[in-house]
Amino acid sequence: MMNRNILKREIPLAIKGIGKLRPYQGSNIEEQRGIVSNSFSGKSKLGHDLEQAIVATGLKDGMTVSFHHHFRNGDYIVNMVMAAIARLGIKDITLASSSLSSVHAPLIEQIRQGVVTRIETSGIRGELAEAISNGLLELPVIIRSHGGRARAIESGQLVIDVAFLGVSSCDRYGNANGFSGKSVCGSLGYAMVDADYAKRVVLITDNVVDYPNLPISISQTKVDLVVQVAEVGDPQGIMSGATRLTNNPRELLIARQAARFIDLAGYLTDGFAMQTGSGGASLAVTSFLRELMKKKKITASFALGGITQQLVDLHQEGLVDNLFDTQSFDLRTAQSLCRNPHHYEIDASFYANPFNKGCLVDRLDFVILSALEVDLDFNVNVITGSDGVIMGASGGHCDTAAGANLSIVVAPLLRGRIPTIIERVNTIVTPGQTIDVIITDRGTAVNPLRRELIERVIDARFPLCTIEELKEKAEQITGKPRPIEYGDRVVGLVEYRDGTIIDIIRQVK
Amino acid sequence: MELKKTGMAGTLESSDILVVIEPKNSEGIDILLESVVIKQFGDQIRKIISNTLRELGINQVIVRANDKGALDCVIKARVQAAVSRATGSKECFWRVVES
Repeated sequence: MMNRNILKREIPLAIKGIGKLRPYQGSNIEEQRGIVSNSFSGKSKLGHDLEQAIVATGLKDGMTVSFHHHFRNGDYIVNMVMAAIARLGIKDITLASSSLSSVHAPLIEQIRQGVVTRIETSGIRGELAEAISNGLLELPVIIRSHGGRARAIESGQLVIDVAFLGVSSCDRYGNANGFSGKSVCGSLGYAMVDADYAKRVVLITDNVVDYPNLPISISQTKVDLVVQVAEVGDPQGIMSGATRLTNNPRELLIARQAARFIDLAGYLTDGFAMQTGSGGASLAVTSFLRELMKKKKITASFALGGITQQLVDLHQEGLVDNLFDTQSFDLRTAQSLCRNPHHYEIDASFYANPFNKGCLVDRLDFVILSALEVDLDFNVNVITGSDGVIMGASGGHCDTAAGANLSIVVAPLLRGRIPTIIERVNTIVTPGQTIDVIITDRGTAVNPLRRELIERVIDARFPLCTIEELKEKAEQITGKPRPIEYGDRVVGLVEYRDGTIIDIIRQVK
Repeated sequence: MELKKTGMAGTLESSDILVVIEPKNSEGIDILLESVVIKQFGDQIRKIISNTLRELGINQVIVRANDKGALDCVIKARVQAAVSRATGSKECFWRVVES
């Protein structure tokens, strides 16, 4: 049996071993491919307003939309898009953002109206977090680490119907980056995974530039539509994590101890790899490490993760050869990402996905982490406050702790009247098995599982105590806190990086 | 000691407590407490406030306290200072406060 194609060639209906054949129907292949814009022959993907773009993507009740959190607390995209979805009367949406900030409180209203019925995120803060802790959502929010989210997306556990990704510059055909324009955020590392896997990708920008927009972080090959808006974010809020060096003596003390510990434990050798966070004490560790590196005349092979200007300085000084950047914390870092060839933008999967064929956290010699609470088994909570209310983010905490050879938690022993070291953390985000040492302003405790580490630092005369002693010290000053009373309803599921549930969060009473 | 007027001590800074005390006509210590750590330490804070007042012989009083995570020794010192202002007392309670 034969079929004729449009050019009158005889084409068999099927061939044994190959299967059915589709006859050629003409060079206008628009209908054959799954792109929603009229972009064939290189036409512009611009021209829709936000609501038209949402309609064009085919978004319907019950679907999943995704966002990134590179605009941090200056983000306008989530609220803008969800308001448009609400106006279109679409309901029952799963909102899967790489994280959420306090600026996203308007989502409370959309949850009440049934527009949003599920949330999957790394973190939630502010009023939205409080409302969810008090039972606003019927279904529990799913908390994932950055690596865990990349894994969930790549494995198909989290299927994104439409990704709405804000970018600070983009051409008419969808080549985008985050380091030029007025709403600069630097790396688009979290957004890149969404762009790779979402069924539909809509880029939203306040800065349309000439084609082609190089360097490219998200390429035209992934993008269905480009929507131009007045502003994608508030530059002040985007860089609200602006990283100034602390002059708080307590944080400096902790930082100096941490740098000494790393050195005495034998991890400061030529070519080491590190991740230091952006919090007060962990930022300060970077500057103490700088002194030690100069003294020892060694360089680091790479620094990973959220990159700060302190790390950029080390890179430009020649002390850190390479920077792998999933998230840029300040303007100078964003500028460096654009300019320095060995300051390299990576996506969240490359950063921390445990199920790809090799993520960067596995190559870390050490990581400096923060904590809201640490318990006697070294389990760490970075998601719920001491009152049991959701207030933080999982981030890369459990990913880096598992990957790094040495994972260090730095934290003050007390915050106001709240002790950091307690019997049992409210919520486990990172298992104690992957935490090696906790360094506070009142003492340092090494996980007893790391016996050889204990011996090494004791030989080097670094003062240690047990974690039980740290807890006692804290309670002597504050008194024993009463355990938080929870209701029965589950308001949050905390996934470990492999997708198993490491803990649940209950509604607060 | 007799309370003559409203007495106030402390601030709303982190780790401090603002204490306002007023005389009351009837017997009893009424405490209106706001605290950032009320779930974990509310009972303890109330206990420290009333014990401190009783030690000073104050039994007819309304206390309004806004706590920002103060330690027990700070709470005690602030209550004592508020009492000393409300009584117009020249006597000072300054000494080492056990925490």
